[in-house]
Amino acid sequence: MSDTDTQQLPKDIAAAKGLVNVQIDGHWIQVPRGTRMIEACKLAEKEVPHYCYHPKLSSPGNCRMCLVQMGMPPRPAPGQDPVYDADGYQAIGWMPRPVIACSNTVGENMGIRTQGELVQKCREGVMEFLLINHPLDCPICDQAGECRLQEFSVEHGKGESRFKEDKVKKPKNVKIGPRIRLDDERCIMCSRCIRFMDEVADEPVLGFTERGTHTTVGVFPGRELTNNYGLNTVDLCPVGALTSNDFRFQMRTWFLKETDSIDTNCGTGANTTIWTRGNKIFRVTPRQNDDVNSCWMPDSHRLNYVCPTDDDRLTAPLIKVDNVHEETCWENALEAAADALKQFTPGEIAIIASGRQTNEELFMMRALAAELGIESLAIVAREEASDDMLISADRNPNTTGAKLILQDSEVAATLATFREGVYSGDIKAVFVASEDLLSEAGFSADDLEALELLISIHTSANATAQASDIVLPGAGSAEKRGSMVNVAGRLQKLNAACLPPADARSDWEIIRDLVLALSGESAEQAPQTIDALFQIIATSIPEFDGKSLASLGDLGETITETGVTIPLLERENQRKARGEIVG
Amino acid sequence: MDHATLIFLISTAVKIIVFTFVLTLPIIAYSTYAERRVSSIIQDRVGPNRVGIPLTLFGGKKDIPFCGLLQPLADGLKGLLKEDLVPGHVRKFFFWIAPALAAAPAFLALCVIPFGSSISLFGEDIKLVIADIDAGPLFVFAIASLSVYGITIAGWASNNKYSFLGGVRSCAQMISYEIALGLSVIPVLMVFGQLNLSDIVQAQADGGWTLLPLWNEHGSVLDAAYWANSGEQWLLLIPLTISFVIFTTSIFAETNRMPFDLPECETELVGGYHTEYSSMKFALFFLGEYAAMIVGSAVIVTLFLGGWSAGFGLDSAISNIAWGSFKPGGLIHLAIFLAKVIAFVIFFIWVRWTVPRFRYDQLMKLGWVVFFELALVNIFITAGIIMLLN
Amino acid sequence: MAIIKIKRPQLTLADKLYLPAVIKGLWITLGHAIRSMRGKTHGAAQFNSSGLGVTMQYPETKWDDQLPDYYRGVPALVTDEQERERCVSCQLCEFICPPKAITIIPDEIESDDPWAKVEKRPKEFEIDMTRCIYCGMCEEVCPEQAIYLRQDYAMTGLSRAEMVNDKERLYEIGGVRTGLVNKWNELK
Repeated sequence: MSDTDTQQLPKDIAAAKGLVNVQIDGHWIQVPRGTRMIEACKLAEKEVPHYCYHPKLSSPGNCRMCLVQMGMPPRPAPGQDPVYDADGYQAIGWMPRPVIACSNTVGENMGIRTQGELVQKCREGVMEFLLINHPLDCPICDQAGECRLQEFSVEHGKGESRFKEDKVKKPKNVKIGPRIRLDDERCIMCSRCIRFMDEVADEPVLGFTERGTHTTVGVFPGRELTNNYGLNTVDLCPVGALTSNDFRFQMRTWFLKETDSIDTNCGTGANTTIWTRGNKIFRVTPRQNDDVNSCWMPDSHRLNYVCPTDDDRLTAPLIKVDNVHEETCWENALEAAADALKQFTPGEIAIIASGRQTNEELFMMRALAAELGIESLAIVAREEASDDMLISADRNPNTTGAKLILQDSEVAATLATFREGVYSGDIKAVFVASEDLLSEAGFSADDLEALELLISIHTSANATAQASDIVLPGAGSAEKRGSMVNVAGRLQKLNAACLPPADARSDWEIIRDLVLALSGESAEQAPQTIDALFQIIATSIPEFDGKSLASLGDLGETITETGVTIPLLERENQRKARGEIVG
Repeated sequence: MDHATLIFLISTAVKIIVFTFVLTLPIIAYSTYAERRVSSIIQDRVGPNRVGIPLTLFGGKKDIPFCGLLQPLADGLKGLLKEDLVPGHVRKFFFWIAPALAAAPAFLALCVIPFGSSISLFGEDIKLVIADIDAGPLFVFAIASLSVYGITIAGWASNNKYSFLGGVRSCAQMISYEIALGLSVIPVLMVFGQLNLSDIVQAQADGGWTLLPLWNEHGSVLDAAYWANSGEQWLLLIPLTISFVIFTTSIFAETNRMPFDLPECETELVGGYHTEYSSMKFALFFLGEYAAMIVGSAVIVTLFLGGWSAGFGLDSAISNIAWGSFKPGGLIHLAIFLAKVIAFVIFFIWVRWTVPRFRYDQLMKLGWVVFFELALVNIFITAGIIMLLN
Repeated sequence: MAIIKIKRPQLTLADKLYLPAVIKGLWITLGHAIRSMRGKTHGAAQFNSSGLGVTMQYPETKWDDQLPDYYRGVPALVTDEQERERCVSCQLCEFICPPKAITIIPDEIESDDPWAKVEKRPKEFEIDMTRCIYCGMCEEVCPEQAIYLRQDYAMTGLSRAEMVNDKERLYEIGGVRTGLVNKWNELK
């Protein structure tokens, strides 16, 4: 090249930005120095099939599925200058043997081929080996439909088996923990589960035994996989070797509808996918969000959800007549609630909201308080020890949101005042939403008995609902759209995966209609959709300014700084900084 | 009120009831059955052969099928019991009145048809025609063309483009063929020189059927006197045959029968004008169509095929049969007339299951370019022949 | 470009008159009618016709013995020589079923069952015969040779619920089918 002096070479341009030039399937791209080849291919939108590699785990390179062809420019002989072509790149000398893409990093002027005869032959060979001992039980295997082995054997496999010998028999249906079953015959030895338990859950109980074709994954003798993050290994497993007892043989995955939502069991608000068929929830799995929950989720949270088909769900508004609850219609119930509340002076009424309510519901609770002339609302605090992983000390999913919406940084403190008021008889009426007053709230059955009026919104028939004069059936967290703010100040969205059972309704609509019944205004003056309600919140609460429910992404946005961090993410970032994982 | 008026009133009432409800309605019902059976034997099928007396309903071992002869009853019952759907988008009043308008004219036209000669009862001569008026054919045309209102209104009131197109087609078709119909009958009226249908039939009984001049007042084909005096008849047969063909075809078009059933052409118009109709309202359209077909057959039989006449000079003998003062000859004539009508109805059915539907432009061309001119020329030919012979 | 000009056929006077064609047509239909009435319709014997036309008089005469092997009647579940229910409730038939007639609730086989290694079987298997369109997709998609369309075609019931075939009834209709691939043998 004649004008090398005046024009910079691509390598120098890239180096100035800390990047290197890589040719992937004939196209040159620039990627950061130190990137794994598999990630570079992902940036170039070329898929490299893989089993053992996971960006959040270390890369042992034991599945060999990610083999690609690699090449570097030949090293110049002493005294010889590198030769550059018209575009300023050196010619690539392709290596005759493939390399694994998951644990090699890219270099300047490197070439990668993710297609071609060599790569194709390699993949066929690896697939054939992986399938040698793999049983042909896809019709009964729960992984079918989301199985990487199925997908890649269709894409890269030979299509037929040459294996005439007997397959190796291994333990099947092994109970390795209270929530997990292991089928060793299906295992392809990717070791993702072993690495997860070791590196992320920090409780190494899984390991390989035996050698060669007899290699078997199993729990250490005398141990069980009881860790609260154990079910993440089921999500990680690329085949059907690890299955969750909860979801095992319940439904084939292709029938399930995926809805992106968030976990409402604690303040972290782990991002989830809710898998439903019809109006039944079949499982909840974590969804990757590197600012909230990485790729993980605690077992206790994923197994704890309210389903519309649960037996104890409230399905119609109830009014207590002669100590017996009678079903009624919404018009009657709201009319009765409004009339009953009008009998009391503002000082005699307590409104107890909940940190489990969405921002929209809390905003409507505030509107209800304003309509009744009450100054402050209380929420029930749920402080427990954090597990130093993903479970936050604050077990309310939306305490931060409640503080913002109610514009009161000490929302939980008011509850004690209310409790005393009820005790002393100053407070005669209580309106409570989504809280069981007899558990964390600290009320006793006698307190509730002493009340002249108790109106509650609940999803299921709990003790407070039993004691209430009017019960309004609300929607569970999987049945409503709305937003919450997690402990770290991140605004996240809930989406409705199913419909509330029978006559139950979204809580914000119930409270809106109650406010309308109290004020006597026409329905047109209230927000008709939750989007419209969010719009009102956005104009009245500064932190929500400029946001809308529709434009809020599935990963959420940080709207306030709380200074709270999530321990598991901190550790993950450290490992990433140390170069142990890709992240 | 004198004796004669009373007898007239009673006999008219009896005739109305007998001719309309005892004779025509069952014939309509059974022509639907005949349509289905004839079409099926033409198409190598069986047709309705099951509906008889449902003995099994009352604990019997076997039903009596009667070759399905009770099928029309079952159909009628079904029509009455079915849910009557009135779509929300229709114009209610006209939607309701249209089926009646479609069915009623056909029955009205029955009143000038001579069903038989006459019967003598208690010394009174009763003509077997409801209204023996001197403008028979004109009355039939005037009333029969009213039925187009039913169809057009049905199409329009349904507020549905297919129904509307059906109604419009029906209207255009009716106007086009009305002309050919009217013009083609003129030669017949010229030959007979009058408009009273009873007298026209009587003339045919005496002087040979319009299309079968095998006898006249001089005797039948066996007599030499007939041959000496039948030249006029044979010469007139040419224009009268043309008249017959045009008239019959136009009746097909007037009654919306295949091959001229474009108003309800399923392949183009879903169901045509009655797309939105169900249960008994639909059944009324159906009834109207068959009633029109029977009236059409009756008119053709009356004008061209000798009406109630048995022919061959037998009619006076039949008329003279007497049991005391009761002369039942009219009843025999009635049977002959009905037999002819039924035969012609079967011809209608036969044509329907043979000839495919016309294209709409072909239909219009046939009406305006062929039949109209032909009928017009035919009048002059007839007039010429009559002038020549006189 | 290839534009082919087609000459319209030249019509003779008889064609233009249309009447000869009508009369010919009437003659043909009359021929059919007469043959029909005489019980001599072409093919009447072949179809076991009662004599009028070629129509078979259904409940009295049936064609069961002439049904072809590929006849698609009522779908049913089968068991094999070892009396094992072949269905493993993979739910592929439920998935493929165009009118969504099939509903399956899967179940795990208890560990003390001789066929415990199959692991899965249907707890409930219902085919709604008011929905079934007899397309045979379920039979085609079944990886276990467990569902077959039988030769029965007269499914009747007095209520909708009666028209839903449950698991027990499906096995009753299906019966035992021999000679199928035994994929759950010792070696698997």
